[in-house]
Amino acid sequence: MKKIFASLLAALCVVTGAQANEALSLDKFPKERIHDMAALQNGAKLFVNYCLNCHQAAFMRFNRLKDIGLTEQQIKDNLLFPTDKVGEVMKTSLDAKDAKAWFGATPPDLTLIARSRASESGSGADYLYTYLRSFYRDETRPTGWNNLVFPNVGMPHVLWELQGQRAAKFVEEADHHDPAKKIKKFEGFEELTKGTMTPQEFDSNVADLVAYLQWMGEPVQLQRQKLGYGVLAFLALFTFIAWRLNASFWKDVK
Amino acid sequence: MAEFKVAPADASAGEKFMTWVDNRFPATKLYKEHVSEYYAPKNFNFWYFFGSLAMLVLVIQIVTGIFLVMNYKPDAALAFGSVEYIMRDVPWGWLIRYMHSTGASAFFIVVYLHMYRGLIYGSYRTPRELVWIFGCLIFLCLMAEAFMGYLLPWGQMSYWGAQVIINLFSAIPFIGPDLAILIRGDYVVGDATLNRFFSLHVIAVPLVLLGLVVAHIIALHEVGSNNPDGVEIKQGPKDANGNPLDGVPFHPYYTVHDILGVAGFLFCFTAVLFFAPEGGGYFLETPNFIPADPFKTPPHIAPVWYFTPFYSMLRATTDQMVNVLAVLIGLGAIANLVKGPGSGKVKVGGLVAAAVVIGLLKTFEAKFWGVAVMGGAVVILAGLPWLDKSPVKSIRYRPSWHKLVYLVFVINFVILGYLGVQPPSEVGNVVAQVGTLIYFGFFVLMPIWSQIGTFKPVPSRVTFKPH
Repeated sequence: MKKIFASLLAALCVVTGAQANEALSLDKFPKERIHDMAALQNGAKLFVNYCLNCHQAAFMRFNRLKDIGLTEQQIKDNLLFPTDKVGEVMKTSLDAKDAKAWFGATPPDLTLIARSRASESGSGADYLYTYLRSFYRDETRPTGWNNLVFPNVGMPHVLWELQGQRAAKFVEEADHHDPAKKIKKFEGFEELTKGTMTPQEFDSNVADLVAYLQWMGEPVQLQRQKLGYGVLAFLALFTFIAWRLNASFWKDVK
Repeated sequence: MAEFKVAPADASAGEKFMTWVDNRFPATKLYKEHVSEYYAPKNFNFWYFFGSLAMLVLVIQIVTGIFLVMNYKPDAALAFGSVEYIMRDVPWGWLIRYMHSTGASAFFIVVYLHMYRGLIYGSYRTPRELVWIFGCLIFLCLMAEAFMGYLLPWGQMSYWGAQVIINLFSAIPFIGPDLAILIRGDYVVGDATLNRFFSLHVIAVPLVLLGLVVAHIIALHEVGSNNPDGVEIKQGPKDANGNPLDGVPFHPYYTVHDILGVAGFLFCFTAVLFFAPEGGGYFLETPNFIPADPFKTPPHIAPVWYFTPFYSMLRATTDQMVNVLAVLIGLGAIANLVKGPGSGKVKVGGLVAAAVVIGLLKTFEAKFWGVAVMGGAVVILAGLPWLDKSPVKSIRYRPSWHKLVYLVFVINFVILGYLGVQPPSEVGNVVAQVGTLIYFGFFVLMPIWSQIGTFKPVPSRVTFKPH
């Protein structure tokens, strides 16, 4: 019996080990940004200026941005077209059919993008933070852009003016699963043109954008956690009272 | 009919009112029988919290469900958006939705622990067979309820999970394909499926579930609760009023005790709800944040964690596994012929039955047997009262190595659950096949192993240390 159990456990270790190898390595999104209102506001601005042209956030209302410290007037003045209303959801003016024709796929709705991209490799925010910083020039692609995290993605590098243009260097390497095959291994980026931001500024702005995307996935998340502490404190007290109440009743039972 | 009572003239208004009611409805009688004078053994331990906690979670699910239905739209074009509407625009909608989604997983955690309690203390043994069978039916209902509820958010995992599971039914010989269409109401999972699942999830199954819960409790209160010692308190010494000395009235002793359990449970429940409502991707699966898309299959479809031990067994049933099963059934029949109990006729009958089963195993495809194995893994639980031949109920008085058997069973169940979450792999499949054999071996061989070993003497009274 013990032997079977031991071999079961051993087999289990093999299973988990094999999967860990295939995991993609993602950069860590600086989590503390999610609590930084200025970062979230900057992220919202970047989102409206760069993402909302093609993508939409059909479940997100503009006036919910009040939760990250913007006033209704600020939202109207800076983030809305004059014809839009502040209670409306974030729609794009790009026609879905045109988008399909131009990019090969309809750009996905971004409301829940951070929640839907979580995997064993990292959180959805880690994925987006790495993805948005992994574009490189690739003339074989229709848009002229490719991405390391999402190979052959339909989306071009929308933030290229900020980051500048880069090429990716690859080396051919023997595949250790199948020696007959060669795999391309990423070696590093090569700068082609400079962007308007330094690499540090660019990373920081992408982090702000991702913080916003993460917040938009569940606008109540900050409030939820705050409330959670109160609820747990109450329940701790309640558990104590219930424990003493129980003990006082049961002391008579012999 | 009970005799018509008249309250004394100087009785309080409350007493007069209750006399009036009791003459027409057995309110006081029911209250006494099920609460204030229901004598439960005084030696309940930690494991006995999970029955009342299952009731609590049921209430949470029903109440939150009522509020969710007020805002949810069972329409393939609107369902996903309406869930996000609940999460964003409905006041406190997010809390209600998370209570319901976390509650679904909590329900299974609590019910699995409740069933495990029954297993180790022999709570299904005579005279509690029907309590156990009602419980098994509740578990089946719960699985149906969870499966259909999971389609409603209409995310990618909802959609493809339902597609995969409903397709399993089409593996049933002869009626399968028609049955699958009947369940879906369409050739693929679609709006019709969503509508009928909504109806079944919010009306049909909960009605059956509630009825079964009532039956479960009535049956329990008829025979009385078992306890960690497996001693029948009704057969023990009694006090002057004829109540068992080893029992205490459910109210107030177990009501205050269960309040403590509720407090502890709610602490864990809300910790998940407020700080990790996605449950690490197990309670709310990541692909379910993408609206259902019939043209895009997610890379890896896994059922929610509470189904995965059974799903593992389904996946493990390959052609090769069917051969193994056929050989094992053949060997079992021969062993029964040589050493088994019963007359010659019964033994030969066993041999014929085995031959028929082996013939069927090789006739129908492995996919069907996978479904049969998965269903059998749930149904076999109901057979426990007749499979367990141990002379004592509780694990406390069984041979020590029995504890090891239960430990292996539990670890095996967890490993099967883990494998069911993972994408299929060669090694994983072999482990799941061994795990499936261990799972069924535990039950099928129980009439043999449960009798073997040196059993400890069972005390005549329950063991109880005053607080």
